[in-house]
Amino acid sequence: MNPHDHPRPDRRTAIKWMLTAAASVTLLDRGGLVAAPAAPGAVVSAAAAAPVVKGYGTDPVLNREYKPGDFWPLTFSDAQRRTAAALCAAIIPADDNAPSAASLGVHDFIDEWISSPYPDQHGDRVVVLEGLAWIDAESTRRFGKSLADLDPHQMASLCDDLCHVPDAKPEHVAGAKFFARFRDLTAGGFYTTPQGMKEAGYTGNLPLAEFKGPPLEVLQKLGLA
Amino acid sequence: MPVILASQARYEYDVIVVGSGAAGGQTAYTLTMEGAKVLMLEAGRDYDPVKETPMFQTYGQAPLRGVTTPDKQNGFHDATVDGGWTMKDEPYTQVSEDPAKQFEWWRARMMGGRTNHWARNSLRYGPYDLKPYSRDGLGFDWPFTYEEIAPYYDKAEMLVGVYGENEGLENTPDSSPGVLQPAPAPRANELFAKKHMAPMGIPVIPIHRAVLTRRLDHENLPAKLHPGNPKAQRVLAKAMSERAACFFATPCHRGCSIRATYQSTTVHLPPALDTGNLDIVPNAMVREVTLDAKGLVNGVIYIDKVTGVECRAKARAVVLGASSYESVRLLLNSKSARFPQGLANSSGVLGRYIMDSVGASMIGQIPLMENLPLHNEDGAGGAHSYAPWWAYQDQLAGKLGFARGYHIEFGGGRGMPGMGTGAGLDKFTRGSYGLQFKQDVRRYFGSFMNFSGRGEMIPNEGSYCTLDPVVKDKWGIPVLRFSWQWSEHEMRQADHMAQTFRDIITAMGGKVLGPSGSRRRISEDQMIEKGGRVIHELGGARMGKDPLKSVTNQWCQTWDVPNLYLTDGASFVSSPDKNPTVTIMALAWRAAEHLLAEMKKGSF
Repeated sequence: MNPHDHPRPDRRTAIKWMLTAAASVTLLDRGGLVAAPAAPGAVVSAAAAAPVVKGYGTDPVLNREYKPGDFWPLTFSDAQRRTAAALCAAIIPADDNAPSAASLGVHDFIDEWISSPYPDQHGDRVVVLEGLAWIDAESTRRFGKSLADLDPHQMASLCDDLCHVPDAKPEHVAGAKFFARFRDLTAGGFYTTPQGMKEAGYTGNLPLAEFKGPPLEVLQKLGLA
Repeated sequence: MPVILASQARYEYDVIVVGSGAAGGQTAYTLTMEGAKVLMLEAGRDYDPVKETPMFQTYGQAPLRGVTTPDKQNGFHDATVDGGWTMKDEPYTQVSEDPAKQFEWWRARMMGGRTNHWARNSLRYGPYDLKPYSRDGLGFDWPFTYEEIAPYYDKAEMLVGVYGENEGLENTPDSSPGVLQPAPAPRANELFAKKHMAPMGIPVIPIHRAVLTRRLDHENLPAKLHPGNPKAQRVLAKAMSERAACFFATPCHRGCSIRATYQSTTVHLPPALDTGNLDIVPNAMVREVTLDAKGLVNGVIYIDKVTGVECRAKARAVVLGASSYESVRLLLNSKSARFPQGLANSSGVLGRYIMDSVGASMIGQIPLMENLPLHNEDGAGGAHSYAPWWAYQDQLAGKLGFARGYHIEFGGGRGMPGMGTGAGLDKFTRGSYGLQFKQDVRRYFGSFMNFSGRGEMIPNEGSYCTLDPVVKDKWGIPVLRFSWQWSEHEMRQADHMAQTFRDIITAMGGKVLGPSGSRRRISEDQMIEKGGRVIHELGGARMGKDPLKSVTNQWCQTWDVPNLYLTDGASFVSSPDKNPTVTIMALAWRAAEHLLAEMKKGSF
């Protein structure tokens, strides 16, 4: 094919196409979510606009501990933060071994994530903000109260409808996709905390005088001893 | 003499070394230990791994849990600062818009360059690797044999410290007795893979990596490395005594504050500075190598990025170790009446035959590795084992459909949890949440394995770089424009990797999940990764026996200009599957000795 048959679009045109494509994906998703009552689409889409802030730059101090909000402003309103915390706690609740994701502030990490100035997180910003609005509205529709006020039984009945995309009813598919993404973010946020690392079964990050290799019981289980 | 400002540099040195990584570091080390006065110019900032490395930092302590971003393109804690595939101030361009025909260029603008974050895999090129054309009629031969360079491998390995074992396998060279440090014990996943790869005829052996598993023998090694040079021995003994052995925690790509791994910044530069013979100017972006009336180089012009001022430095000889294509770019930009198509480019070969390694990968989930008893699997911050290429004879007999081999790097088990931990488990768990989800994460964490192939690329006419006629960097220096071509040999090799990995995962009783990282590949339906993705940037100024067909001789000395040397990967003739850094160091050492001898003879 002669490359001159299809002149290369200039950069501005190309960016416009990409934005259009991105917007249409968003609209599709929203189509599913807006089907629920009282999801204020216009408000959500304004909030979901990507933030225009700077990142941490190409030469940040690496050996320091950072927390959400150190580099860029966070997004969640009090209501959104409350809903996000409730969902984090439902996905990773406390047990005898570890506190819940919410009590470790994982919802604030998710806020940091969706407030990121970097393009990889912009899709999640739309998914999370619209999803939180939808799930709170769905909670209100079903139980007459917001997600953060549900009792465990009510929370479970809602999560059961959303927790597996292939099993979700058609009206819940968009909500289930949000739930799946929110669960991934919650897991990433939680299992990277000291309590979460321990909970997952990670026992490293300790200086050792010697590396001895796996213990006998591991070798036995793998059929190596 | 220390790390200094441009304004503090003397006007004249014996040798100017451009770049501070494996090539620049080794070159400056060898030269200064023998008394030469050296000025090193580094385009990035000064960097001190002892003070700056995030040892023991967890992902939870990093912004965005440490994931890759456009600012930190290999993750937040990766040692690379001011670098990556793209850099705002330093663009490069492509001939084609087809991702399959593009080269992606990783750069690190910092003292020590890419040696701060590299994988530390240190595999020697073997006898077949150096004579590939003689063996199968493809590509080109190197101008020396393995035996000629083996002593320099020994020296480089003794200096930097490499763990591993000698297995005596075909085209997988042993080190001389006493050179290697003990290999760390294999991890569970490595032993398990070994068991299931053995029946497939694939050997799994200890890898060679530039990590100390015990402290260097600072009482005996200096005399072996610098016989008859008491000052060098004294300086090296001190530098070696300041390096600790690995404590088996934290990934090496973050760098190493205890100096247990090789980085130019902790291994080459401290003793070189200690000789008193080295000045280093960071933030010095070299624009041009200058030529005198006799056709010898006499120095360089660089931009001091701190002040924006253009500076000159003079020397009897110039060595480029700026990274393969940065060195090529510098020569292409050093045009003169004598060299209208770029310095030392009378052959027209400059910028041609650029190479990376072939990369392809596959992830599997291994049920037998679920819920393994808890144990610390961190190890030496990288691989303990690997599989060298095993099918040399079948390949030579034409049974494989591609001409060159690959080795397998693999890993699994419970590494420090990151953003991916617990993600995407719905395929296995039917979407659990709550206490069941926590139980599922404990079950699956550590049960995934990743296999990556690193294969030889045969140099070809379609892979080259030239100067872009229009685009310039922030300092007004013309940038490189790349063209890339994978041949059928590489495409088939990548498919063979993928099939081999599927077979291994299946033999382990696992589920094949697919290739990792679609962004890395040339397209969704191809296994092969994009050119440059493995960051084994080689060629562009190949060495050879014929000045009409090569840029340098076997000593990395340019044919056209006897006091100009290229000691990075630019002079590489082929790109064997083995990671190139230890070969860069060995050849740089050899080149620096040649340069010293030429200066002593008064050749220039």
